[in-house]
Order: sequence, then structure tokens, then C-alpha cells
Amino acid sequence: MSMAATQVVRSEWTKIRSVASTVWTLSLAVVVTVAFGMLISALAKNEFGSMDARGRLSFDPTFISFAGTGLGQLAMIVFGVLVVANEYSSGMIRTSLAAVPQRGTFLFSKIAVATALALVVGMATSFLAFYLGQAMLGDLKASIGDPGVLRAVIGGGLYMTLITMFSMGVAAMLRSPMLSLAVLMPFFFLVSNILANVSATEKIGRFLPDQAGSKIMQVVTPVDDDTPYGPWGGLGIMVLWVIASLVGGYVVLKRRDA
Amino acid sequence: MIELEGLSKRYGEKVAVNNLTFTVRPGIITGFLGPNGAGKSTTMRMVLGLDRPTAGDVRIDGRHYDQLKDPLTYVGALLDAKAVHGGRSAFNHLLCLAQANGIPARRVHEVLDTVGLTAVAKKKAKGFSLGMAQRLGIAAALLGDPRILMFDEPVNGLDPEGIHWIRNLMKSLAAQGRTVFVSSHLMSEMALTADHLVVIGQGRLLADTSMADFIARNSHSYVRIRTPQRERLLDVLGGAGITVVESGAAVLEVDGDKSEAIGELAAQHRIVLHELSPQQASLEEAFMRLTAGSVEYHAHDGQPPAPAGPQRQQWGGEWRKG
Amino acid sequence: MIEAVGLTKRYGDKTAVYNLSFQVRPGAVTGFLGPNGSGKSTTMRMILGLDNPTAGHVTIGGYPYRRLPNAPRQVGALLDAKAVHGGRTARNHLLSLAQLSGIPARRVDEVLGVVGLQEVAKRRSKGFSLGMGQRLGIAAALLGDPQVLLFDEPVNGLDPEGILWVRNLMKSLAAEGRTVFVSSHLMSEMALTADHLIVIGRGQLLADMSVKDFISANSADFARVRTPDTEPQLREKLTSALTEAGGQVLPEPDGALRVTGLPLPRISDIAHDSDVRLWELSPHQASLEEAYMRMTQGAVDYRSVADQRAGLQQPLPPGAQPPMPVPGQGQPGWYAPPPPQQGGQPFPAPQGTPGPSAPAGPYGAPAAPGTAPGGPANPYAQPAPQAPAGAPQPTAAPTAPAPATDPTKSEDAR
Repeated sequence: MSMAATQVVRSEWTKIRSVASTVWTLSLAVVVTVAFGMLISALAKNEFGSMDARGRLSFDPTFISFAGTGLGQLAMIVFGVLVVANEYSSGMIRTSLAAVPQRGTFLFSKIAVATALALVVGMATSFLAFYLGQAMLGDLKASIGDPGVLRAVIGGGLYMTLITMFSMGVAAMLRSPMLSLAVLMPFFFLVSNILANVSATEKIGRFLPDQAGSKIMQVVTPVDDDTPYGPWGGLGIMVLWVIASLVGGYVVLKRRDA
Repeated sequence: MIELEGLSKRYGEKVAVNNLTFTVRPGIITGFLGPNGAGKSTTMRMVLGLDRPTAGDVRIDGRHYDQLKDPLTYVGALLDAKAVHGGRSAFNHLLCLAQANGIPARRVHEVLDTVGLTAVAKKKAKGFSLGMAQRLGIAAALLGDPRILMFDEPVNGLDPEGIHWIRNLMKSLAAQGRTVFVSSHLMSEMALTADHLVVIGQGRLLADTSMADFIARNSHSYVRIRTPQRERLLDVLGGAGITVVESGAAVLEVDGDKSEAIGELAAQHRIVLHELSPQQASLEEAFMRLTAGSVEYHAHDGQPPAPAGPQRQQWGGEWRKG
Repeated sequence: MIEAVGLTKRYGDKTAVYNLSFQVRPGAVTGFLGPNGSGKSTTMRMILGLDNPTAGHVTIGGYPYRRLPNAPRQVGALLDAKAVHGGRTARNHLLSLAQLSGIPARRVDEVLGVVGLQEVAKRRSKGFSLGMGQRLGIAAALLGDPQVLLFDEPVNGLDPEGILWVRNLMKSLAAEGRTVFVSSHLMSEMALTADHLIVIGRGQLLADMSVKDFISANSADFARVRTPDTEPQLREKLTSALTEAGGQVLPEPDGALRVTGLPLPRISDIAHDSDVRLWELSPHQASLEEAYMRMTQGAVDYRSVADQRAGLQQPLPPGAQPPMPVPGQGQPGWYAPPPPQQGGQPFPAPQGTPGPSAPAGPYGAPAAPGTAPGGPANPYAQPAPQAPAGAPQPTAAPTAPAPATDPTKSEDAR
């Protein structure tokens, strides 16, 4: 007697395409990521001449073109949070669950639709950021055929998608857009950076979803890097975080009264 | 048909719903009454599987809500009119609900027409007045053409035309053999709408009876009579053991629901009656009598507490002079 | 006393209120009625000086609101119960209002007592239900012990106990000689509360008279007559006798007759002459709602039509009981036969193209409009599925009282 999942997916697609926040969060993600990547790439090109040898050895043109990801991901987080938590803030959740009482079907259809959209936008952003960033780098540019570069560019798209999924899980647990953003924004913008830049906590910081996941976008390993995982290992750590947050969100939705 | 059996809901210490057992039957409008905080909304949410009962069971046509395939085609509910994403248009709101239950898109146009929102179908719901939002909620309830309909305070925010419409809509839905379960605080409205009443107070069932029985049991009814042959009628009624109270000029009153018996007696003795009207207390009075003592926020009698009377005058005087 | 003279408000092209002149007198509850969008709220806002009239003026006690000395102590208003800073406690909200107009703090505790919120006085108002918010709004209106009170939909969200309380509160405020001006959509509530009515439609004054006069002017009185249930032939006999005598007889849903055009003693005599025993003979006045509906026809913004189809239903599960037949409802199914379509059909009747995506339920059934919607001039002729299909559908609506309106012995009789 289970609900036909295709019906629910169609319904969720209607929901997601019929609100303005989808358009503005996703376009902001594209614009910010690409524009910021181009800016940093242009600056890096000018600074290359004054770098020491170590700096030049660690110079990673691919990674530099993804410099906007840190900022652009915030828009993806807002997108993920709004998709889920707006159901609660508007009260729509009760109408939605009356239409689809199978809460697992409901949540995962919603996440599937938003994830598919995030994947498309994430991939497009990643390729755009790469090509436009390389164009700024002039002679220093990397080519998509270079070893590891294609992996890094595809990885950039996957990173954006996974960060969206992670925030959807968190929003399903916290059930409020304000609360979810108040947790996620400082977490990615402040906590993660602070942990990474204080030597005592640096090793813990590496296992946070954003730091582990962003390893996939690196092509050149920095000279004294002692990270205990590779690009795919890092992405795997991020996937574990995503699974944990989605399971948490599912359990909360399943257990609690709507 | 909605069947509740021993339904209970506790939030921590507080018992919101306590061992409710009743059945909402098809073909009639069942009113669901109770003071604020009596547990009406909690009960309705449990019917829809939104809240999990602490104990007991609620079934829709014999099945649990989450066992229904395409539940909107079984049960349509209006719980909270404002429970709509404000950024979505009325049409898209209904469309996403329809798609989730395999209902064709043209049905969305039909229900928009039915509730009179076609002209604003493409407008965002956040610009809607409460009355328009209420109509949108009613459209969502009608979407699956369900056999069971549940409305929580449906006339909230509607203007008289809307109130008139929703009342007739509910009546026609019941007349079509559907189950209509409606909560309201407006007793005068309920008196015009409901056939059967379920009354709860502090989570407990207080009454589950027909409207007529409820009023008869919880209030005083009498028959008012006017006749040009007053003395003869008094004799006849006295002879039949019926007590008559004379109330003002030319008006007689008889306690109880005896209009038929009096009519027969008058006809038998060929007494002309100019009025023979059964009078009943209002549903509101009956409700007040039943639920006194299970009300959460008691207001004082329209007046400040007793000693405040003169004080207030004094106080009022102070500034009025100035 | 509130006095409006030639009050007009235009928003761009749209005229919200047009040339409105009325007086709201002290010592009575004056009801303010009108369909959604008729300009009630705009008028209230102009009375309170929140909106500026495009033309004309409105005064309270002779002054425009903005020039009223110490206005909060002369005029109390409840416009929107949710217009409260949610983070503030109920008591602090009132205290801040009191301090603005130099009202002592103990008055705050007084009004909290009056509205029954003293127990939640220290709670933030964002946790309040609509009913509690409404009580807080009423407390704010009473704060300055004003002579003039305005309430916009005061019973919204209140439970029956609260509704009764508000009704008695307004009556007692008026009995103290204050001016009480209250808008509401609940006709049955207004009939119990108001002494006087001001009705507007599309921004213009439709009526300004007492409730009694309003009902008499806009509807006909009638008599309810019941004959013994056991002998239906008596009912037929009486019906023809009454019709012969020039009365109009309509059946009521419970088997009684609704008779217009004949006084009660005459009905009694006719029954007597034709040897019909009566079980009931009671005088009725139409409800305020009926009177109101008749007056405001054509001034309504969002109009509903009959649901066009009933084809989505799930088949009854095995073992479930079939719908109960409803007495007096001779409909064979849920589809009324399509009536002859008259001019002015506002929407095309969808003809049955079988829905390919329909998994269950007879989607393909041709959707017969339940009834033809009334002409644009008359929304209440509207058909609606409630009219028994057996009875001929009245096409000329104004003469047809809505049969569903008054099946009970309502308070009108008293």
C-alpha cells in the first residue's frame, strides 16, 4: 500500500520550482562561486611572480579557481535549508504529510529532487568556475586533460551537492529555517576556519565535512601536507557526514509529531 | 466513517486527549465542540496521522491513515488555513498536493472554480486575506473528492457570503452521503449546520448525541401558546394534567416539548390557536451549561473585579478633569 | 459619537470608500457590516486617523482623531489582534501603551483581569493563541477607559465562552453610555449583539437603521406550520387550502411548512375549517443573515460556484457501510442532471475526456456541473448542490428564500 514514489517526486518538483527562493539561492551560488573564483585567480596570477619556491611548488591553478566555493556554498546551504525547513515555518508540513503519510517517502523524495537540482547546478558551477578561472590565470592555467584536473572539477560539483544534502538533513532535524541557518552558517564560516587555523585543533578540523570534502578539488598537494586521506578519502568522509545528517533528519521526522 | 477508540494523547505531564471513543458517521454533519484547549485540534491531527496517539486507535473506513493509498482521495482536511508556503501560487499549491496523490491537474482548476479563487490562482498565497486562505484550504480539502471531510473552524475570516456558502457546501457534502466532521466555536453557526454533536472538554468526551437531544438535555424548552379561547384552553390543559404558566398578556407557556400533544388537545376540543410555537434554548446556552468548569481562560463579567468599580471611576475622573 | 461626512478614499484608480456619511451614536452597539473588500477596514482606519480621506472628513466627539486631546483615553480600538510585538510580555505591551498616554500602571492589571489574562501576563505574546491575542487586543482597547470603542471582528479565534463574554462586554459598555462600533462577518452574532446597523457595499452606504427595521425591510416574516407527521394527507390538504387563500407555501426540510402572506390567526382558521390539526404554528422573522444577503447581493468579491464533479472518490472498501440515504433528497447519485445551460455561463463545462493518469476512481465520468450558476446579478440564486434535486430549481432568485438557511427554530422567534 505504499505511496507511488514517482507521484511524490513529481509533487516535490512542483514545490521546488514554484517558489522564488529556489531561483535566487541557486543563481547566487553560481554567481558568487564563479565570480569570486575569477577574482582570486586574477590576483593569484599577479602575485605568482613574487612567490618563493615553496609557494610556486604548491601553486594549484585548479584549486585556486574554486576559491569562490567557500562563499558560494553558503547559498547552497540556504537553498537546502529552505527546501526542508520552509515546510515547518509555513505550516505546510501538515498539509504535505496529510497528502503523503509515509514520512520516509516524503522526506527522501524531497531530498532526491533537491539533490538532483543541486547536482546539475553544482556541476555547471564547477565547470564554469574552472574554465573562467583558468582564463584569468593566463600562462599559469591548468588544462582539463592534466592529471587529476577532471576529477577535481567533477569533485567540485559533487562537493556543492553534498553540502546541500548535509544542510537538508540538519534542517530536517532542527525544523526551523532560522535555527538551521544559525547553526550551519557559523559552523562553515567560522568554526571550521578557526579549527583549521589553530594548530592544536587543526587535525580535528580536517575531519569536518567541508574541509574533508574540499580535498577533492585539490590537484597539487601542498609541500608539507600531512593529511591522512586522499581526495576520494576526503569525499568519503563528507559522505559519512551527509549520511549521518540525513539519518538524523529521517529519525526526527519519523518520531516527532508534525 | 472515522472511528476513535480509547484515543489518548499526553504531552509530558499534560493530558491533551483522554480516552476518546466515538464514531463520526457518513451522511450527516457532525459538529466537534469544546472550549479552547479541550483537545479538538490534537484529535483532528491524530486522525490524519500527524500526531501519534499515546494510547488508543483511530481508523478511517477501518484502516489507519498511513495505510490509505492516495489519502487525499479518502480524507480531505482543512486544519489551518495559513499552513501554506506564502511564496507559492494558489494553483501550484494545489497542484503539488494533487500530484502527490495522482489527481489530474484539471481537478485543480475545478476546485479553484468551486471556491471562487480562479481569478487569483496565479497570485502568491502570502498576499491572501484570511478569507481567501480559508477558501484555498477548502479547495485543498475538496481536491481528492474525498468521502470524508474534516474542517477545523472553516468560517474563520470568511464574510457572510462565504459563511453561507461553506454552510451549504457542508450540507450538500453530507447529503451526498459523505462524512463531514467540523469543529467550530460559533454556536449559532453550528446550530444551523450540524446534525450531530461530539463535545469534549479537557480532553474527555462530554457528549455524543444528536443536535436536538443535546439541546433538549442541556437546556430548558417550552411551548408558547396564544389563543382567543384562553379560559377553555386552560381548562382542557388542566384536565390533561399539563401545567400552564401565564406569561404576560394573552400568552401561555407550557414546560417541555409538548407542542404536538397540545395541538391534538386543542383540535379535539375545537379550540382555535393563534400561536403554538415550541421554544428552545440556543445551542450556545446548552453548550455553556455542559462545559462550565472546563474552560481555560475565564474572563470576568465584563467589569473589573468588584472593588475596582468605584476605584476606576475615581481614577477615570482624575484624568478626565485634566 | 463618531460622525462621517462625505468620507471618500481612493487608492489610485480604485475607490475604496465613496461619499460615506453616517453617525455612530453613544449608548448603543452599532454593527458595521459589509462583504470582504467593501471598505470596512479602510473606514475604520480613517476614523482612527491612520489613513487620510481623499475627500470628506470623520470626527470623534467633534474632532478629527489626530486633533483629539489625549486620544488614547477617548478612543479605544481593536483592529488587528496580531499587531503586537511578539517578544514582549502581555503586561509590558499594555504597560508601554499606558505610559504613552499617562495611564497609571494599576490600570494595566485591572484590564488584564477584565479580559482574563492575568495568569499569562508575564508570558511573551508570540506564544499566544489567536483567542488570547484577541483578549490582549481588547485589553488594550479598554486601557484608557474610553468613551468611544471600535472593534474589528472581535470574536475571531475566541471560544464560545469568550464569544459570550465579548458580547456581554460590548452590551455593558454601550449600557454605560459609551459609543461602541463593531464590525463582524458573523450575522448570527451581530443579531444578538448590535442594536443598530451600518451596512456598506463597494464602499457606499447601503443601510443605516436599527437591526429590527433592517430585517423587516429586507425580508418577509413567515409562519412555520407543522401538521401531524402520522398523516401526510393533512399536510397536502392544508397546503392547498392555504394556497387557495392566497398564501405562499414552501416545504421545510423537516416536513414543516413555511407560509408567507397570511397572518397566524388566518392560518389557524383555515386549518380549523379544513379539519387539519396543527402541531405547531409559530411566527418567525427571517434571520439577519437572510436580510443581509438580500441587501448586499452583487457587492461580493470572491464568489464560489458549485463543485462540478464528484468523480474522484475511492470505491468503498469491502465491508464499509454504504452512505446513508438522506430523506428528502431524491438524488439518484452525486451528479445532478445537467440543467439547460443558460446564457452567461462563466466557465466552460469540462466534458469528459477520460483522464489517462487516473489510477483509481471514475475520472472519466463526464463532469456535469451540479447546477447552472446564477446570472451575474445574483449570487445567491446559486444553486448549489443543496437544493433538493426533486424540487424545481427556482431560476428567479430574489423571490426564493434560501431553503437551507433556517432549518432550526432559531432565536428569531423570541
